[in-house]
Amino acid sequence: METIKHFINTIAAPKILFNIVVLSYLIIFPPFKFFQKIHDALGVRRLWTKKGGMAIFSLMFLAFAFGLTDGNFRLIVLKPDNVPIVALLFLVVFFVWLALHQAQDNDDAIAKGGKPKEWAESREKVLVFPDLVYIEFIALMIVAALLVVWAIGLPAPLEQAANPTVSPNPSKAPWYFLGLQEMLVYFDPWIAGVVFPTVILLGLMCIPYMDKNRKGLGYYTYQDRKTAINIFMFFWLVLWMFLISIGTFLRGPNWNFFGPFEYWDHNKLEALNNINLSELVYMIWLNQGLPSNILWREAPGFLILIVYFGLLPAILAKTIFKDLYARMGVVRYSIFAVLFLMALTLPIKMYLRWLFNIKYIVAIPEFFFNI
Amino acid sequence: MADIKPPVTNTSNTKAAANPAGDMDRRSFIKWSVVGWSAFVAVVAGYGSMVARYLFPNVLFEPVQTFRAGVPEDYEIGVSEQFKEKYGVWIVRDSEKIFALSTVCTHLGCTPNYLPVDQKFKCPCHGSGFYTTGINFEGPAPRPLERFKIYLSDQGEIIVDKTKKFQQEKGEWSDPESLIVV
Ligand code: FES
Repeated sequence: METIKHFINTIAAPKILFNIVVLSYLIIFPPFKFFQKIHDALGVRRLWTKKGGMAIFSLMFLAFAFGLTDGNFRLIVLKPDNVPIVALLFLVVFFVWLALHQAQDNDDAIAKGGKPKEWAESREKVLVFPDLVYIEFIALMIVAALLVVWAIGLPAPLEQAANPTVSPNPSKAPWYFLGLQEMLVYFDPWIAGVVFPTVILLGLMCIPYMDKNRKGLGYYTYQDRKTAINIFMFFWLVLWMFLISIGTFLRGPNWNFFGPFEYWDHNKLEALNNINLSELVYMIWLNQGLPSNILWREAPGFLILIVYFGLLPAILAKTIFKDLYARMGVVRYSIFAVLFLMALTLPIKMYLRWLFNIKYIVAIPEFFFNI
Repeated sequence: MADIKPPVTNTSNTKAAANPAGDMDRRSFIKWSVVGWSAFVAVVAGYGSMVARYLFPNVLFEPVQTFRAGVPEDYEIGVSEQFKEKYGVWIVRDSEKIFALSTVCTHLGCTPNYLPVDQKFKCPCHGSGFYTTGINFEGPAPRPLERFKIYLSDQGEIIVDKTKKFQQEKGEWSDPESLIVV
């Protein structure tokens, strides 16, 4: 028992867990041919059958029940604030499964020359009133009842009066912002708090203009919209849902990482010594002092940024995004590539921090400019 | 030109009276519009002024920016949290000087906690860590904690003046106003 818990605590360390999550993502939603082969070899498609769904859910419930036998786990998971996130974990998995289950049925039917299940249905007309309005009304009643019961059963905590000189430890944002808070661990507040949220919103608005694929309208499908779904799943599951769960369950006092069965010790010591890229280049590699000229000091970082945002899109267009480039055209592709690369900076910066202790690639605290 | 000539004024009343559908004539329409719009503007202006008034509080709570912090002999080597709650300042003494550190994290403004065991300040929001000197060494904080102006009064008392701050990245920490030599 203890060894299992210890093992789980060990692999819950971000460096390991993140790799596991990314790898499973690559196999389940394979963006590249190589992973597609593994995907086929492992028969991942069986996950989306009814049996597969049962298996996923039994596993999740079993793991959860096992966890509940542990005091530390119970303490975090059953905290009234965290109950919705536990529900969210199950709901996310359920709806992903449901969508892909229906998509797979349709894809199989289409492959046999048939029509998707929704085909006949979508031809038929229904009235907003009463058909839709009734359903909405019933949903409204159920949700309202649920919220009342919930609010009575798990009352919101009353805490002491706000005091600017006391920050609760750990200080957590509301759950839907925990992804952003996790981003703030790796970025300057300007970038993670202002630039990225704006870009995320703009990027979401861009989707209808980027994605010209007319297939998949009105029916569930995976095969017809593979690229779109794969890309979306990465950002939504790995960079949003996963970060929210980490922020909720694995971040403890002083924003340290704690395994699910670990006691939240306020004095846990994690010695980190983060440095900026400029310090790494000049002081450690070249073994000299930092240049006093800011631009010269940050030249390595700027160089990396120029290559990353200037050259990389072109290189990608010639290699792995070749088809995409041909389909999208220059303008669409460039916008897509920049958005895509920007989003990728998050995992990149996570790895830089974990592997090389690098804090900022370009660090000009003199002008609040840190990337 | 004749078509757009204004109607003869004194006919309007009789016209309105004669109008079976109760339509308004031009004159009363204008009259009622003026009444209606004035009322509307008055209400909006009234509420607007109340909102504007609301923006200026009756009592402005502004903590004093300058405070007395005892005499240098009160401080042992290390961090004093005495003034954290009230003024947002840590008084730090090392082997050669005393200085006043701001308790505002330079990342996003949370208040870090002092961990005496590890000899560091650790922010609960995103995990930035600072040495007792204020230098940032872990987590996302891009620059060291700020120091405040500190000096000895004529009576030999330590005075901390929060209106003036000293930032390490601007090379201001060597400024004699930012520390008391002991
Ligand atoms: S506010 Fe202190 S680490 Fe972000």
